[in-house]
Amino acid sequence: MKLNLNAWIREHTFHHSQFADLAALVQEKERQGLSISLCIPTLNEEKTIGKEVVIFKSELMHRYPLLDEIAVIDSGSTDKTREIAASFGADVYLSSEILPHLGERKGKGENLWKAIYQLKGDIIVYIDADIKNIHPRFVYGLVGPLIYNPSLKYIKAFYDRPLAFSQGIRPTGGGRVTEILVRPLFSLFFPELTAIIQPLSGEYAVRREVLEQIPFPIGYGVETAHLIDVYRIYGLEVFGQTDLDQRVHRNQETRALGKMAFGILQTFLRRMEAYELLTPNTEFSTILRQFQVKEDQFELVEYRIQEEERPPMNTIDEYIEKRPTSSPRKKRRSKKAGSPSLPEDT
Amino acid sequence: MKEILELLPLIQEKTRVANEILLSNLIMISEIPAPTFQEEKRTEFLLWRLSEHNLINCSTDEIGNALAILPGTEGTRNILITAHVDTPFPESVDHTINVLPGTVTGPGVGDNGLGVAALATLPVYLEHLGFQLSSNLILMGSVKSLGKGNIAGMRFFLDHTNYPIHAGICIEGVRLGRLSYSSIGMLRGEIANRVPEEYDWSRFGAGGAIVNINEVINRILEIPIPRRPRTSIIFGSIEGGSSFNVIPTTATLRLEIRSESDEMVERLKEEIQNIAAEVSSQTGTEVEFREYARRRPGGLRFSHPLAENARTILESLGTIPRISPSTSELSAFIDHKIPAVTIGLTHGENLNEVNETIEIEPITQGIAQLIALILAIDRGYCDEAQP
Repeated sequence: MKLNLNAWIREHTFHHSQFADLAALVQEKERQGLSISLCIPTLNEEKTIGKEVVIFKSELMHRYPLLDEIAVIDSGSTDKTREIAASFGADVYLSSEILPHLGERKGKGENLWKAIYQLKGDIIVYIDADIKNIHPRFVYGLVGPLIYNPSLKYIKAFYDRPLAFSQGIRPTGGGRVTEILVRPLFSLFFPELTAIIQPLSGEYAVRREVLEQIPFPIGYGVETAHLIDVYRIYGLEVFGQTDLDQRVHRNQETRALGKMAFGILQTFLRRMEAYELLTPNTEFSTILRQFQVKEDQFELVEYRIQEEERPPMNTIDEYIEKRPTSSPRKKRRSKKAGSPSLPEDT
Repeated sequence: MKEILELLPLIQEKTRVANEILLSNLIMISEIPAPTFQEEKRTEFLLWRLSEHNLINCSTDEIGNALAILPGTEGTRNILITAHVDTPFPESVDHTINVLPGTVTGPGVGDNGLGVAALATLPVYLEHLGFQLSSNLILMGSVKSLGKGNIAGMRFFLDHTNYPIHAGICIEGVRLGRLSYSSIGMLRGEIANRVPEEYDWSRFGAGGAIVNINEVINRILEIPIPRRPRTSIIFGSIEGGSSFNVIPTTATLRLEIRSESDEMVERLKEEIQNIAAEVSSQTGTEVEFREYARRRPGGLRFSHPLAENARTILESLGTIPRISPSTSELSAFIDHKIPAVTIGLTHGENLNEVNETIEIEPITQGIAQLIALILAIDRGYCDEAQP
């Protein structure tokens, strides 16, 4: 482990309230001559899109000019998403009409990718359209660290602050897919990326120079791919993460999460192949890293999980002696300790 | 006054561009739960908003009202603009607000999220218009207004303020055209029935708390109500029992007596107290009457310049004034003999339901009405001629 992850977490983890002085934030943004674009990818979000546009436009364009443009990039909604967004003053684009000669793909990643072409900002902040409790903090909490820290390039949102919790230590972290799939995979192959509390959160702010040089899966794997690719190019030092308190949104059914996990796994395996990380005799890490909060400090908790295996019983001398009629003993393959003895192909 | 009426089209045009800020304030304010007696988070937000506009004395008072002063050029007079911040919705209700092109929906958006949002946005509107007032404008988000709150916030401020108030405007989100400058006599109370633990259920007529409360209702309905002074008794809510087959041991009836005459309110209160005592004695259960809120009748006469100008402004905006007495904050102004009106800002429906909905378009007229009325008071058009 190159980095002390708990030290990294302390230095790279923010809370939105640190950036609530919007006048100062705008002043610094203007001093650096930065421009910031907000991209809201949509597909049938007529119930929530109006509120998002009103809040961001009023608070972060008119009241404090933090954002230079607000764009909705739509995947072809069949409801009134585009009309409502336009009526409240957002720039509305149909994803299929951006770079049309490259064809049309359906997926959130497609919209995020086309936003890089369509929008003008030096920083692009992506916010999902299904957030019920939308608030300006969702934007300023993510762009704040980039404005004040030139070395940071990619800021992820995470959501903590349970409504009620008794004293002591409580577990924290991501949703089901994060904790069951992504965190174990990262623990195995990219242990440093386990410092990202919620790797799959759909809200992040990124500098254009980063976005323009990474590929974009069009579906579920876009967030995972970003983290791995940016990490491979720049290392963990360019990441930051901001606690945006609570996020209220539609809850997904387990079956839908299964699809999501399947897409993420494809993306992940493709990268394992591309980066030649999965070769014979690869040494896997045996430490799983999860999160807890102790006295308002986020901490990594490490669990050593070593999945040892026993060889087939008919390879054990005592067993053969006891049951001479059992099937003949197989030859052992040469392998690392702890690897299973598998039957030879016949 | 003519000069102000001529300004109405300009006011509407110039304030329309700031309506986006009003909407944003409306969403953020309405999404903060503020049940009566638990308004702190909402008043905190309101104060944060007001403090962004160079207002002075942004603070809460002892009882929790949010206050800020927009100083006038002369500052010899003080106009109090108020909106109650509390709602009837508990924190457990989903306070998510939905915005569509023509409407905003959610608990409390009209009563009184929009009123508080207008208060928070008022400095922005005045800035856009470039109007300088000679009077101080005291902006107040009042607490403990509804139900058992008994307009305690408003009363506290008027009882203790060092600023002599020249006139007042109470802002309600709904409905545009409503105009109140008088208060009627009112008493709000609760009749609670409790069947004691050791009750003899074999006694004649024993039927449980709901039956007992039903008896109270029947007796109250038998009271002769006069046509003059105009009087009514409203049964507002009833609750009791827990299941289909369990005889209830508690039940509560909430009611309101309204009358143009304070004597009539008092007389009906006595009658209801007697009914409670009688039913208690007949059933062998506890029937208790508790008074929670009281208002005295009074207010401005029809020809008072403030009432007259408020009507004229509405008519000039193409809205027919709908004059009705109020039992809200206005009563506290009346008790202190301060000329005041209650106005509404837009149209709405499903008031006090979780799907409360307001219309966005008429808000421009509602805001123009508010600003024109402030100008009229500030320029002395609403002062009564001194004898």
